[in-house]
Amino acid sequence: MFVKQLYRRLGLSGCLGLALAVLWILLSLLGPVLAPHGPGEIVDYEVFLPMSAEHPLGTDYLGRSVLSRIMDGARFTVGIALAAASLAALLGTGLGLFSAVSSKAVDESVSRLMDALLSIPNKIFALVMIAAFGSSIPLLLLITGVTYTPGVYRIARALAVNINQVDYIQVARARGEGRLYLAVSEVLPNMVHPMLTDFGLRFVYIVLLLSSLSFLGLGVQPPNADLGSLVRENMSGLWEAAPAIIAPAAAIASLTIGVNLFIDSLRGRR
Amino acid sequence: MVDQLQVDGLRIVASTGDGGRKTIVSDVSFSIPRGEVLALIGESGSGKTTIALSLLRYVRRGCHIASGSIRLGDSDVMAMSERELRSLRGRRVSYVAQSAASAFNPSMRIMGQILETTRIHKTLPRKEAESRAVELFRALALPEPESIGSRYPHQVSGGQLQRLMAAMALITEPELVIFDEPTTALDVTTQIDVLRAFKRVVRERGITAVYVSHDLAVVAQMADRVVVLNAGEIRESGPTAQLLQNPQDHYTRELMAAARPALGCAGEGVASESPVLSVKDLTAGYGQPGKDGRPKVTILEAINFSIPRGTTLGVIGESGSGKSTLARAVAGLVPLADGTMTLSEAPLPGEMAQRNREQLRKVQIVFQNADTALNPAHTVARILARPLAFYHQMDGPQRDRRVRELLDLVHLPAAILDQPCVRLSGGQKQRVNLARALAAEPDLILCDEVTSALDTVVAAAILDLLMELQRELKVSYMFISHDISTVRAICDDVLVLYAGRIVEFGSRETFSAAPFHPYTDLLIRSVPELAQGWLERSGHPPSKGSGGEIAPGLCPFLDRCPVIIPGQCDRVPPPWHHLAAGNSVLCHHTQDALAGERAMDEGARSPRG
Repeated sequence: MFVKQLYRRLGLSGCLGLALAVLWILLSLLGPVLAPHGPGEIVDYEVFLPMSAEHPLGTDYLGRSVLSRIMDGARFTVGIALAAASLAALLGTGLGLFSAVSSKAVDESVSRLMDALLSIPNKIFALVMIAAFGSSIPLLLLITGVTYTPGVYRIARALAVNINQVDYIQVARARGEGRLYLAVSEVLPNMVHPMLTDFGLRFVYIVLLLSSLSFLGLGVQPPNADLGSLVRENMSGLWEAAPAIIAPAAAIASLTIGVNLFIDSLRGRR
Repeated sequence: MVDQLQVDGLRIVASTGDGGRKTIVSDVSFSIPRGEVLALIGESGSGKTTIALSLLRYVRRGCHIASGSIRLGDSDVMAMSERELRSLRGRRVSYVAQSAASAFNPSMRIMGQILETTRIHKTLPRKEAESRAVELFRALALPEPESIGSRYPHQVSGGQLQRLMAAMALITEPELVIFDEPTTALDVTTQIDVLRAFKRVVRERGITAVYVSHDLAVVAQMADRVVVLNAGEIRESGPTAQLLQNPQDHYTRELMAAARPALGCAGEGVASESPVLSVKDLTAGYGQPGKDGRPKVTILEAINFSIPRGTTLGVIGESGSGKSTLARAVAGLVPLADGTMTLSEAPLPGEMAQRNREQLRKVQIVFQNADTALNPAHTVARILARPLAFYHQMDGPQRDRRVRELLDLVHLPAAILDQPCVRLSGGQKQRVNLARALAAEPDLILCDEVTSALDTVVAAAILDLLMELQRELKVSYMFISHDISTVRAICDDVLVLYAGRIVEFGSRETFSAAPFHPYTDLLIRSVPELAQGWLERSGHPPSKGSGGEIAPGLCPFLDRCPVIIPGQCDRVPPPWHHLAAGNSVLCHHTQDALAGERAMDEGARSPRG
């Protein structure tokens, strides 16, 4: 019954996306418990083994179970990206809304500040910060969150400024409502859907940024490994077409595609 | 006679969001003889546009033609391949859309867009196509036919753009032209020019056409035959004259009744009481005020009026005359550059920020478009509860009770309370919109074109509701409209705005017979009558486009006035003349001259008619 209703609301691709997203969230929560082996445990002396019943996704460059490594690493990728995307969304939407209903001077100064942030290339920013403070999970979260805030801000502000012109806002203004009410009760509910779509996009960008930082060896540090580090570790397996490198790459792809399919199906439905 | 188009048993089915199916057009059959115009008339949702588009075998996404046959000349449209369809569309059947403004590409010159179909279908070499376009421009009475094609769409007026769109449709000499509400978005004074131009080309070139409209009076001018549609079914069809004189179907009669609002249901104002609102020398506009204290763009100038308690003031004028700005200025949304306002004998500040909550409560504004005036994210209950909490500090069961009372007042069922307002119909939305204003218990409601976006039958119901509420609650209205028959039907006093100035003021009785200000005269005479041949009989000169700037102080109607006095009107500011019937006009002409002008004109016209 419930599944049927969900299917009607989301459509096939939406359900598929939701299933993938839920799978990854479950994996990131329960992965370490459910994994057949420990992430650092060497299970076979053969490296880059193909898929088999014994090792479902083969073994990596040290002979560890790739399946277990992915199940353990998912929590870093999903967790940091989710937290960072939420941080960016909250900061960006909040500031954008604030700018849109504030006076011109406030709007201008916040906007120019955001432009300044936007002008710093995000990978260079991340490299500088990591070089200065050393890589740690809170720092990664902060860097990725902050670098994606101006983008969210731009979209949120543009949306809010547009909605601010619509008649129902004029009605509320003519009623004598204050700025806070206008922003929170009248404007914000109409921004949620586009902002959610944007959230999906940012989430994907952050997963990719994190993965690329890890690929450079600057992200999550050994002995822990996120999906990006798994790809990097097993680079030499590329020539043997080992599942050790394909599996984490496919994991990144399925996570990002799943989240986007789900969020796209939410759009325009109330 | 040969039938150019034959439609038989057309059925169009739409798939609804949750996998169901809904028939939106069922069993529609009609035919058009060569050289005749057939009108499809009905309210929104009656399927008239869907049928019109299906003649191109085009249906909107999610719909499909389930059964039926469409024959154009000798060919079967339903049996055409995708390739044959492409050579049908634009070449043999062409389409004139409702909003020319959004149908033209703003970044391309007009000529290029008009010649597009000849280029795609390779019917004519460019040179010849261009000369044919110029010929069409001339036939459609467009100004500067030689050079208008080199302009961009934003450089011509709305009425001209609509005619250019007709030129675009006619350039391939199609066998069938579909006009889809081509004049609905235009002012009456513009509409008449466009109708006249359309009528002329249609007659001169013997064009076969389908004319889609909701307006019986317009259809009466354009069509030879009429098909009345309701909910996707034909209710009645026949020759225009027969249908107008002797409508058989109940629904047709309802449409005809709604097209002519009954006079004589206005509220009785109590003149002895002090006015609810009086406005003195109001000047308002947009942009930063310059050195002289005037805004960059002055929209309204020297506006004076007052509204007695329990009465309705009608404000009428064409688009751009400043009607909406007036409502917004009274509501405090547009700052005043000059002038004072008095609300119930106390001064009303122009700035909203300086008004107290009581003053805000007493003046409520209802916007034209209920679709955008209600927050789509809120439910009906939430929309109505907010002003109660805001102005009357109501909460809990008391507020819920009041919300239900309000719904009852505007004749809506309580069942819609928890629905988001996007699910409501246009008429229901406008009722919620009105109920929200009533929740504040205001003294004055500013109604900005509240019925313009509604179907005639629904609009008539809203007008009835407004009058009923006025009788019960003694509320005053400022009723803004571009439709003089509506204003005459429900308003006690009427003021006519032109280019931001009041040109005439009077009680509604004075608007039923001459003398009027020349502009009012033009407005009244531009409203199509529900009779065939009216378009030919109404012989006023086509309105000229405004040439140059008119010096401040002079009559704003100067460049369009048919009875201009050279040497006086263009030199001396016009005085206010108080006429015998009780109305005042801003004009150099006196009572006799204005009355005589009209009588003379009518005398000259009647033999021809």
